[in-house]
Order: sequence, then structure tokens, then C-alpha cells
Amino acid sequence: MSRTFFEFARRNLQRNLFRSLLAVVGIVIGVLAISSMGILGNSLTLSVTEELSTVGDSLSVIPHSGMGSQFGGGMVQDKITERQVQDLRRIVGSNPVIPFYSTADRIQVGTKSGVASIYAMDPDDMPKIVEVEKGIMIRGNSGILAGPRIADQFDLKVGSQIRFENGDTQRVVGILKERGLGFDIQPDYSLIVPSRWYEDRNDEKGYDQVIIKVRDIDEVDTLEKAIDDRFNRREDVLDTFSSKEILSSIQQVFGQISTFTTAIGGISLIVAGISILNVMMMSVTERTKEIGILRSIGTLRSEVRQMFIYEALMLGAVGSVLGGLLSFGGGFLISLLVLQTTQYLFHPASLSAIALGMGFGIATALLSGLYPAWKASNLNPIEALRYE
Amino acid sequence: METVTAVGSDDPVLIRFDDVSKVYPLPAGDVVALDRVSLTVVRGEFIAIMGPSGSGKTTLLNLIGCLDVPTSGRLVINGRDVADLTDDDLTYLRRDTIGFIFQHFNLIPLLSVMENVEYPLILKCKDRDACGMKPFEVLKAAGLDDERLYTHKPNELSGGQQQRVAIARALVNDPSLLLCDEPTGNLDQKTGKAIMDLLAEMNRAGKTIIMVTHDLGIASYANRQVRIVDGRIMEDTG
Repeated sequence: MSRTFFEFARRNLQRNLFRSLLAVVGIVIGVLAISSMGILGNSLTLSVTEELSTVGDSLSVIPHSGMGSQFGGGMVQDKITERQVQDLRRIVGSNPVIPFYSTADRIQVGTKSGVASIYAMDPDDMPKIVEVEKGIMIRGNSGILAGPRIADQFDLKVGSQIRFENGDTQRVVGILKERGLGFDIQPDYSLIVPSRWYEDRNDEKGYDQVIIKVRDIDEVDTLEKAIDDRFNRREDVLDTFSSKEILSSIQQVFGQISTFTTAIGGISLIVAGISILNVMMMSVTERTKEIGILRSIGTLRSEVRQMFIYEALMLGAVGSVLGGLLSFGGGFLISLLVLQTTQYLFHPASLSAIALGMGFGIATALLSGLYPAWKASNLNPIEALRYE
Repeated sequence: METVTAVGSDDPVLIRFDDVSKVYPLPAGDVVALDRVSLTVVRGEFIAIMGPSGSGKTTLLNLIGCLDVPTSGRLVINGRDVADLTDDDLTYLRRDTIGFIFQHFNLIPLLSVMENVEYPLILKCKDRDACGMKPFEVLKAAGLDDERLYTHKPNELSGGQQQRVAIARALVNDPSLLLCDEPTGNLDQKTGKAIMDLLAEMNRAGKTIIMVTHDLGIASYANRQVRIVDGRIMEDTG
């Protein structure tokens, strides 16, 4: 039964092939827009999440900023003392605590010179936070590890000599593996030196930052609270922030961007819906006589309605499937342009963006078909028969 | 399967108009298309309804065809008072009890000859495969012997052939009543005569036929003539 009406709908779309195709194109564009934007949004979120999660979950502790302005003339402190580090170690238990100095210096490598960001830390802590790609880790109190980006910048290789502003020289013993954007430190763009060597040359009252590698993600909040309780009871001394927090706020922002771009795609679907409505209304008007005949020889209103809804669904389904297929191409291109990678194209989240786009496409077509179908089914058969 | 033929199918009276009026409300004032008409149609009759245009004969036909309902009075078709019927019931009544034959054939251009004939049957039995040989039988009965024509679209056929397809379509659900609106109006005289001979044959086979025409020669095929003027029956030979 419904097969007959299905066939009817198919033939009618074929009869007005050009017009049907135009309506399909509208849906294709709408689905393509929604899906591609969805894929981009998801890929963006995924890429950021992935880059950030390679850092592992770490808790950064830095001296509270803006202390000097506080009333009561509390001790002005912009360093973390050895004693505070010991306290931190007690609080976090077995989780590794990595205190380090963060500074910058003018360096010279052969004929090249420039400013480099430098981290100074205990060589024992280095493997906990970075990986060496070429060369070896620092052992003892000499040697430099260079991040891959700064190595490119200064043409650093294992064995390269770096001259610091005060005239000291050190050799690069290892080039780090690229780590990507991080919240704790940015080793890709930095040099890492042993803390003892650094302390011997600088009079430091304390560390600039402490990173706590938290093994159990669920523990992050508890630790943050414990640190806060220990140090900041009377006044803010230390600030903590976790990669988890930042990650979730970034994900939230990207989620909003993704929703926004998808909404833009949605607008093109609305336009497509209007074009289907238009095509179907034309079809109802043109087929008034035919509807009259069908009604007079015993077709129910609901059956007429069914016929038109099938038409709308077919337009929607064809458009959505084409749009969905093209979305792989669209998503591929847009990811390549924006992210320079297409590795997230077949991720479930990206595929769900396509499914979402197709779902919206079919739903739009269906919605657009409801009114014409209702209109067709409510034609007065006598007047419809008389229509020429 | 919905059937509405069971009630009163033994009743010799197929259609009964009791004081039926049909009024069309128009902005310029009500138009009385049928004015308290009473008419009884017995099974097996072949009736010609005649009258000038605007006389109300098309309204009468629409009422018999369950395409419209009376404004007042009682209209009983095949034992059922149409006032009691929903739009769906009226549709079932049209589908199962009445075969329509139009002046302009009114075949569906999207469907082939065979599909046009099958269509009402599929509406009724809900399954193409259950159609059986009935479409073939009625096409043959309607005088379309050439099976090569069955896959053609209606517009590839002559007017006479199209009307034969329309007759086959009207017959396929085995209706009690054939309702014809100027069935030869679009045909040349020779073809028209052939079609009338076919209708007369259907009548002899037991179909009740009600036909609207203003052609006296065509009306003479009927065994009862009803003449309508200004919404009233002026003459009834039955």
C-alpha cells in the first residue's frame, strides 16, 4: 500500500526532476554546512584536548600575584621558598613535586643570537616532565636540553655550544621531543638547565613555579583544596591551577564555537526548508486536479497526505545522504585548512556531526512537507476535480 | 479491509433522495442548487440525468458520488445515510461501491494503463500482489484486448482507449453503481457509440448506471430519463 504511494511520490519527483534537484541542492548545502562546521568544531576540540592531555594532569603552583598591594604589609613574596616546597611535598604525598626556576637570557649560538626562555630544575625531575628525542638527559650539573622549536630557531644539535650573556658556555646534550602546548611549561620553545648550575650563578630566594604531577585525576581537586588550606588561610600566598580546569574551560569555549558554527549551518537548512516548501506547494497546486481524481476514486485524506510526506522525505533523504557524503570532503578540506590535520575526520564525534547534519536535513524536509501535505489532503474533491 | 457494502445490499433500492436540498452559500446570496429533490434508484437501473447547465445535475451527481453531502433532507446510498458518515466513510463508499467515469477520462498521467486500473484495487486490498487477475479481466471487459497497451501511459492512447481504461478502473472494485459524467463528451460519434454499447452491456450484466448527459441520443441508451431544471425534477420517466 504505502509502496504505491512511495512509487507515486518518486514518479512525481522525477516528473519535475529539475525542480526536485534544486530542492535537493538546498538540503545538500544545509547538511554540508552543518556537518562540516560540526566536524571542524569537533576536530578543534579534539586537537586541543589531545595536545593538552599529553601533559598529563598537572597542578601548577605559583606565588600569588599582586601581593604587594595588600593591606597589613605582609611579606612581599614572588618566589616559592624551599620550605614551602617541603610543605607541598608533604601535602601531595607520593605525587612528584617539581620545583623550578623560570627565566630568560640572551644566548649566542655560533653567529646567531637571541633571547631564550630557560627553565632550571633538578636533573632528576627532568624525565618526569620532558622526553628526549635525540641525545641524552642531563646527568650531573652541566649540559642543556633544548626544545625542538628553539633548536630549529638556533640550529641547535646535540653538541652545539650555547654562550650565555655572562659568558658561560654549555653544550646541548639532548633535543626534546615535541610536546605541544602545555599549561605548566612550554619546553618546546625553551632551554632546560640543571638547577644547581643556575643557582651557582644567580642569587635566588626561591623557585618561580612548582609543578605537581597528579597521578589520579580525581585527586586534583582534593590536593588543590589542601594546598589552599595550608598556605592561604590568612592571606593568599600561593595560587594553584590545574590543567583539568583550563582544559574544561577551553573545551567549553570550543563547544560554544562549534555550536555557533553549526547554527550558521542551520540557517542554510532553513533556507533549504523554505525551498522545499515552495516546491511542494507548487506541486500541490499543479496536481490539484490529480488529487481530486485520486480522492474521487477512493483515496483517503490520510493517504494523500502520506504521498506528499513521502515526497518531502525523499527530497530530504537524498539531499541528506549526498550532503553527508560531501561532508567528508568538506570536513577534510576545512580541517586541513584550519587545523592542518585531518586525523579527527573519522573520530566518532566527527561522524556524529555528520549524523546530526543528516538528521537535521531530513527533519527540515519533513517539516517543510507537512503543510503542503495537509493542504493537499484537505482539498475539496469537487473543486479539485473542476480545477484545470 | 473496510467494506461498506454489506448493509442493505439485498435492498432493491440503491439510492434514495428524501427531500434533499443543496444550498451553496455565496457572498451575493445563497444559491439553491437542488431544491427538495426526492428520487429513488433501484438496483439495475440505467438512468440518464438531463438538464441545461446550471440546472443542478452536476450537484445531484456529486451527492450520489458521495463527493458532497446534502444541506438538508435525507440521502441514503446502499443502505447508509450519508449524514452519518465521516469523510473516511464516504471515501470508502466511493472506493467500494461507486465507479466514476468522467468526460475527460481523468486517468492519472504518472501511472501506466495497468497501474491506473490496479490503483483502486490496491487502495482496497492494500497489496499489489493480492490484486490477482482482476485488472486484466476488467481491461478485457472494457474492450482493451491489446495487452501491449497496458504498459503505456494514458496520454499515449486514443480518447476511446483512454475512456475504456477509465471504465476498467471504475469496474475493478466491482461497484454496484457506475456514475458517468458526460462519458462520451470528449469522443467522436463512432467511439462514443462504442462506449455507450459497452455501458449498456455493463448494465445488462447487473451494474446500476447513472449518467449525466445533455445529448438526447446518448440519453436514449438509458431506460429511465430524469430531467432537472432549476434544481427540481421536472420529468422522470421511471
